[in-house]
Amino acid sequence: MANTDIEARKQELLNQGYTEVYTRTKVLTDAVMHYCPGCGHGTTHRLVAEVIDEMGIQDQVVGVSPVGCSVLAYNYFDVDFQEAAHGRAPALATAIKRLNPDTFVFTYQGDGDLAAIGTAETIHACNRGENITMIFVNNGIYGMTGGQMAPTTLIGMKSATTPYGRRVDLNGYPLRITELISTLPGTYYVTRQSVQTPAAVRKAKAAIRKAFENQKLKKGLSFVEILSNCNSGWKMTPVQANKWMEDNMMPNYPVGDIKVDGKLVDNVDVARLAVDHPLTVMQ
Amino acid sequence: MAKELKLMKGNEAIARAMIASGTDGYFGYPITPQSEVMETLMAEKPWEDTGMVVLQAESEMASINMVYGGAATGKKVATSSSSPGISLMQEGLTYLAGAEIPCLVVNVMRGGPGLGTIQPSQSDYFQSVKGGGHGDYQLYTLAPASVQEMYDFVFDAWDIAFKYRNPVLILSDGAIGQCMEKLYTRDYVPRWTEEERRKNAPWGTWGKPANRPHNIITSLELDSARQEVFNHKLQAKYAEMKEKEVRYEMLNCEDAEYIIVAYGSSSRIAMKAMQMAREKGIKVGLFRLITLFPFPSKQLAEVAKHVKGILCVEMSAGQMIEDVKLATNCGVKTEHFGRFGGIIPTPTEVLEALENKIIK
Repeated sequence: MANTDIEARKQELLNQGYTEVYTRTKVLTDAVMHYCPGCGHGTTHRLVAEVIDEMGIQDQVVGVSPVGCSVLAYNYFDVDFQEAAHGRAPALATAIKRLNPDTFVFTYQGDGDLAAIGTAETIHACNRGENITMIFVNNGIYGMTGGQMAPTTLIGMKSATTPYGRRVDLNGYPLRITELISTLPGTYYVTRQSVQTPAAVRKAKAAIRKAFENQKLKKGLSFVEILSNCNSGWKMTPVQANKWMEDNMMPNYPVGDIKVDGKLVDNVDVARLAVDHPLTVMQ
Repeated sequence: MAKELKLMKGNEAIARAMIASGTDGYFGYPITPQSEVMETLMAEKPWEDTGMVVLQAESEMASINMVYGGAATGKKVATSSSSPGISLMQEGLTYLAGAEIPCLVVNVMRGGPGLGTIQPSQSDYFQSVKGGGHGDYQLYTLAPASVQEMYDFVFDAWDIAFKYRNPVLILSDGAIGQCMEKLYTRDYVPRWTEEERRKNAPWGTWGKPANRPHNIITSLELDSARQEVFNHKLQAKYAEMKEKEVRYEMLNCEDAEYIIVAYGSSSRIAMKAMQMAREKGIKVGLFRLITLFPFPSKQLAEVAKHVKGILCVEMSAGQMIEDVKLATNCGVKTEHFGRFGGIIPTPTEVLEALENKIIK
């Protein structure tokens, strides 16, 4: 259904006395998203778009999409966009912002892109304190290529390349990149959120808003991790996948602010989190 | 910098030309023998003067991708490196070519393979003009043979890069980068104003005004039918470069019985060998390549019709010779002479090679 048809139908319903309670965000395009139903990408896209809309900065935003499930993010956001090589989005964003200081620049990356192949770009952009926003969607797996082990795959978690579960002796430990970059003086705001319930969505949106507001105030790098299910990669229904995420991902990747206004949050023990893996998971 | 006669290194000339040509940004990583490029920029502090951004990146991968990000906003953005670093940039270069982003990359070549040596070499010819990265793409490749050309070609690079929306490579080597020669500087070209940027790069991503659709910079097209159409478009662009942007220089080719084909440092040595040959009564000419892509095939073929033999001189095991043979359809006796691993041949060696491999 074309946009004009949608608008006409909407008008028709409003004329019949219906009330509009939920509508498309204008910063999202009409393109039909390719994401799997139930995946957190669609929700996270919408939250970023709502924040851009509410801040009135649509004409100042340049986004950078990664390689991975969200490679086509540029088709969904109605803002200028660049598509980076795998892992390099923070390098692109660095130059975009430095050469165009009046723009709002954000990267939108997955865990394979940001925490494996792009580790160097991630750490150095964070360490330089680039005045950008990084949105990091962590689903513990390489979704687009068919569900292989990611740096964030849990111990014992099955994937296409760990069919018997991730083993520490073979594959090493899951990487908590978010805790890691929170220890760098260049990061100003570091938080982990999720989008599996309405309450979580509201908190995630507030975090994204804060990340963009920090950029407006030229405070340095803001980093928002969003935990998402990958129901198709995990081979579960969306409902099962969200439950599995709460039971298994969240103990390993605790949700909440890690660093606010350039200071580590008091009750978050980053050093302990860096080494402690509380749960061995078997699917 | 106004017009002045100066003495400086080739690497310094690159840096000063970047500032003088209105370059908006430079992103680099140290590597011998080109580190003076970034050192000069940092010492000159152009951000206080022209507003040019200079940043030392964490790797060559980061610096070429910073070039991608910055240049994709429609600004003049450059990097430089030497052979091993340029190898690391190949991913970025194919993305830049695929996304049609104008930019400038300078390679001050050293000997390989691997970590190789830090002395001059010309063994990156294949990498420069035969792809380097994956996919069907070309870099417009300029080969300076003097410090003056190191300087001048930066200005030329911006014209070509934006005219064709294509990355430009200046392929130099450690000898030209490190040697000091006199050069005439030029008047400053101011950096583009906001209006000029928007006019010259309407495709750029600087924030979408309400009255235009969002600009997208990408090299991805999942529909292979469309990707083929795009590849045809790229090929048409390269064909136009071959038609209109070929550069070369001919010395003493009119009456030559033999010619030497060379570029960069080798062409300087070949020039001396040519003079020595002429003193001995051997009619030798020099065909110097200035653009390696597009290769001056037609022009070289024309000259080759009237000569008995061609000596290709290159500080490599013989890379450029393949394009020389293709250009002349192997119609003339053609041999390669080169030293490599960081060794620069002498004019005497070149003359001996000419006499032994071609004339004998």
